Amino acid sequence: MLIFEQFLNGLQYGMTLFLMAAGLTLVFGVMGLINLAHGSLYMIGAFACAAVAQATGSFWLGVGASLAAAAAAGALIELAVIRRLYHRDHLDQVLATFALILIASEGTRWVFGSFPLYLSLPPSLSGTVSLGGLVYPSFRLAVIGLGLAIAVFLFWLMRGTRLGIRIRAGEADREMIGALGVDIRSLYTVVFALGAGLAGLAGALVGAVQSVQVGMGEPVLILAFVVIVIGGIGSIGGALAGALLVGMTDTLGRALLPAALATIMPQASATAVAASLASMLVYILMAAVLVWRPTGLFGVRG
Amino acid sequence: MRYTLTLAMAALLAAPAMADPIKVGMITTLSGGGAGLGVDTRDGFDLAMKLAGDAAVDITVITEDDQQKPDVAVQIADRMIQSEEVDILTGIVWSNLAMAVVPAAVQQGKFYLSTNAAPSALAGAQCHEDYFSLSYQNDNFHEAAGQAATDAGYENMVIMAPNYPAGKDALTGFKRFYEGEVASEIFTQVGQTDYAAEIAQIRDADADAVFFFLPGGMGISFLKQYSGSGVTTPLIGPAFSFSQDILPAAGDAALGIRNTASWSPDLDNEANKTFVDAFKAEYGRLPSVYAAQGYDTANLILSAVATADIADRDAFRDALMAADFPTVRGKFRFGPNRHPIQDLYLREVVRLDDGTLTNRIVDTAMTDRGDAYAADCTN
Amino acid sequence: MSRAGTVNAALLAVLIGGAIAAHLAGELFVVTLATKAAIFALAGVGLNFALGYGGLISFGHAAFFGLGGYVTGILASHAMSGEPLTTLPYTMNGTNEMLAIWPMAMLVCGLAALAIGALSLRTSGVYFIMVTLAFAQMIYWFAVGWPRYGGEDGLSFYVRNVFPGVNSMQPLTWFAICTGLLLLALVFTATVMRARFGLALQAARRNPQRTVAVGIRPFGIRLTAFVLSAMITGLAGSLYADLNRFVSPAMLNWHMSGEIMVFVILGGVGRLTGPVAGAMLFVAMEHLLGGVSEYWPALLGLVLLGIVLFAPGGIVGILTGGRRRV
Repeated sequence: MLIFEQFLNGLQYGMTLFLMAAGLTLVFGVMGLINLAHGSLYMIGAFACAAVAQATGSFWLGVGASLAAAAAAGALIELAVIRRLYHRDHLDQVLATFALILIASEGTRWVFGSFPLYLSLPPSLSGTVSLGGLVYPSFRLAVIGLGLAIAVFLFWLMRGTRLGIRIRAGEADREMIGALGVDIRSLYTVVFALGAGLAGLAGALVGAVQSVQVGMGEPVLILAFVVIVIGGIGSIGGALAGALLVGMTDTLGRALLPAALATIMPQASATAVAASLASMLVYILMAAVLVWRPTGLFGVRG
Repeated sequence: MRYTLTLAMAALLAAPAMADPIKVGMITTLSGGGAGLGVDTRDGFDLAMKLAGDAAVDITVITEDDQQKPDVAVQIADRMIQSEEVDILTGIVWSNLAMAVVPAAVQQGKFYLSTNAAPSALAGAQCHEDYFSLSYQNDNFHEAAGQAATDAGYENMVIMAPNYPAGKDALTGFKRFYEGEVASEIFTQVGQTDYAAEIAQIRDADADAVFFFLPGGMGISFLKQYSGSGVTTPLIGPAFSFSQDILPAAGDAALGIRNTASWSPDLDNEANKTFVDAFKAEYGRLPSVYAAQGYDTANLILSAVATADIADRDAFRDALMAADFPTVRGKFRFGPNRHPIQDLYLREVVRLDDGTLTNRIVDTAMTDRGDAYAADCTN
Repeated sequence: MSRAGTVNAALLAVLIGGAIAAHLAGELFVVTLATKAAIFALAGVGLNFALGYGGLISFGHAAFFGLGGYVTGILASHAMSGEPLTTLPYTMNGTNEMLAIWPMAMLVCGLAALAIGALSLRTSGVYFIMVTLAFAQMIYWFAVGWPRYGGEDGLSFYVRNVFPGVNSMQPLTWFAICTGLLLLALVFTATVMRARFGLALQAARRNPQRTVAVGIRPFGIRLTAFVLSAMITGLAGSLYADLNRFVSPAMLNWHMSGEIMVFVILGGVGRLTGPVAGAMLFVAMEHLLGGVSEYWPALLGLVLLGIVLFAPGGIVGILTGGRRRV
């Protein structure tokens, strides 16, 4: 039963990472842009949700606000900064978006102060659900559900809508679809805002069970990059697979390594070694995947 | 980050000149995710200086942001020592920064008064006559939690901390006074955000209680996730996850949880009432334990300045050692290794009538507790 | 002298002249700041070797910066305690001689880079950026959790290591040592890039297919460049440890990788003295902006953003007025 629960936890953590990685891989894949500031959009979503939920008393209004605020911030950033970077190399993108992190973090601190904000789940999500003998938080089930819903939404968006067809066409050949009369500039703004909105939504939901504070986006950002690189950049399916793989590896590593190591060494050192190893595990996974398949699991061979 | 706060000026020139002017260099965290703790430290310290009025006329405080980076802290300390020629350094929040700065600072003939971090190395073998801790020794709150757990009759507990030296020290400190069985010892990752795997282990362990040390954002995340997990094993921990900078963000998830500290806003003494009221009036929020320690540190400096001249280092050191200042903790003295001997309290998170969450003392966990390393200190 | 040569000389003159002037004015801390800039510049010169000339965008150079630092810290702490580092296969003691520490730091970084590079160079583009980051993060987490040398708390060694014949604690002397090594690294880079190896490396960046066509295998050349790059950055890490008399996992953190990259991009990618200009500006801004506002990192962000948007050749690009060579 414990193993099953940990398995579910891994799934849930993977979905949490997917919420963050989906927007990142969309932007990465469509525009070829490395956006380190994706974590800042996640933070903006969480802060917007906390502020609105505090003012109105409604978590769901806060979630709406997080989508809107992050998408608006994304559109603004795209218009002011990002659109000048598409034709530049990755280095310039890294530096510019690194600069955006500094501005967003300190700007947020200037507006909201230095202390973490209050944000909690609505009553409908804060209970537990019984799954055949296993008591499981309903929130975590909701995250799994939302992750799946967003995956389906993105597949539909990319495969079944005009917007998706244009995006994929733009991915394949920018000049061509420009020549066909599609306004590629506004298309990119829309895609970037969509990616930002997804990050903001993730920030609001995950922020409700974590600490809403300045810098909260950074640890998740690195993991989100790990996820999309393992999956293969630009692939929604890859991001999903990568997220689940990372989520499982991390959770099961933390849960099972101490006991596993205790069979070959004394208990006291096993606990400490296992903890160190567990924190390195996702990076070992990533290096192993890339050495085996240099463009990720679902990446285009090139 | 550089604010030069010259406290009171021309109007007081007529006051009797007691001693040479003193320069205090405060290195603390004022930007980034950990800024809340540094801001409280600084605000508590500045408040004491402000309330002192005339008495602080000869004290200049230079405050700098260490960005929570040890290398930056070392460089600021170098500058304060080389260029600003400060007499006293203070303000560092984090143990790893203290380990980087303190040994070199005291070797260069500066006093260091710790407002928070007090790692075991500096209390024991590497102690120094010019290094004083105004806060605690790092193990103290954990030891008090261990004692409180023993007093509560817990016989089988899960204990949990991040996998870094302060985390390992926390578990060691706890076990020093906890007499029951340890069902499971869990090390989490530094900066971890998802605790589902650990909560599942806690549920599975079916223990009497859980001791956890997860400072800052880690604690907020854990508390929120634990309260929604349906696991009802009671929690106990050091004040770092229940401090006034954390409580508003943790909300009801922290309500009713017992935690240990050397101070609490409801501690009943005159100095503490003055402090809490003045802090609320000045900054519009309740003070945290970091603010209280900053405030006490400033008052210790004021008390020493009133009786000794910094130019006479031995006299000044003796004046510090006397610890003759109005502490917000009610009583306070230094042990032989210049770390506090003080009472440690068991507190409980409560909601006030106006909705604010804060701590209330429920018991004294330990009386006149020093620390485990004093015997190793021969300097 | 060409325009680029004039700019190179001018930048170094500002660094060295500034330090000497500060020393004469009694501003010891400014000398320390100049030393920090020289060390960061050296780390940047190392990264630029792989990134600027070889097109190998490593987001993991903090690994080598930190390893160099840890080699220094560990050797120095063993020298202080007198406890041997290892007794198998033979007794190896710590040392506080910089001339022994530097080759050791460079050797360890070179070996680490050989392993990391051999695996990472199977990938390219964004994947290379991220896999180098992954290796650096592994080492970072290892250092955080490994109690022997302080873990997250880091390792203090109180007294700067010694250099024969001089007092390394004296700020200007220490600046001279660091700047001397920086100049050596610059001369080394300039020489190598004009030699056969350097030309092949740059050719492999510009046109990999043609390089293969003329019978040069890029893998070996890139791996060599990556190793040399890591060794230079590792040496900088050793100096940084000595500057602070302290090492900690913060030197291995991805933020550090980002900062080293910032020095290079800010100064001008693939420019010989780009990292010098970038490190000087970065250190100066960090110091000066702090006095302006509590929210100074945001101002730093705005300046960085301005440079990347409006001066894509970096500072050296502005000064030489030439197009970026990458």
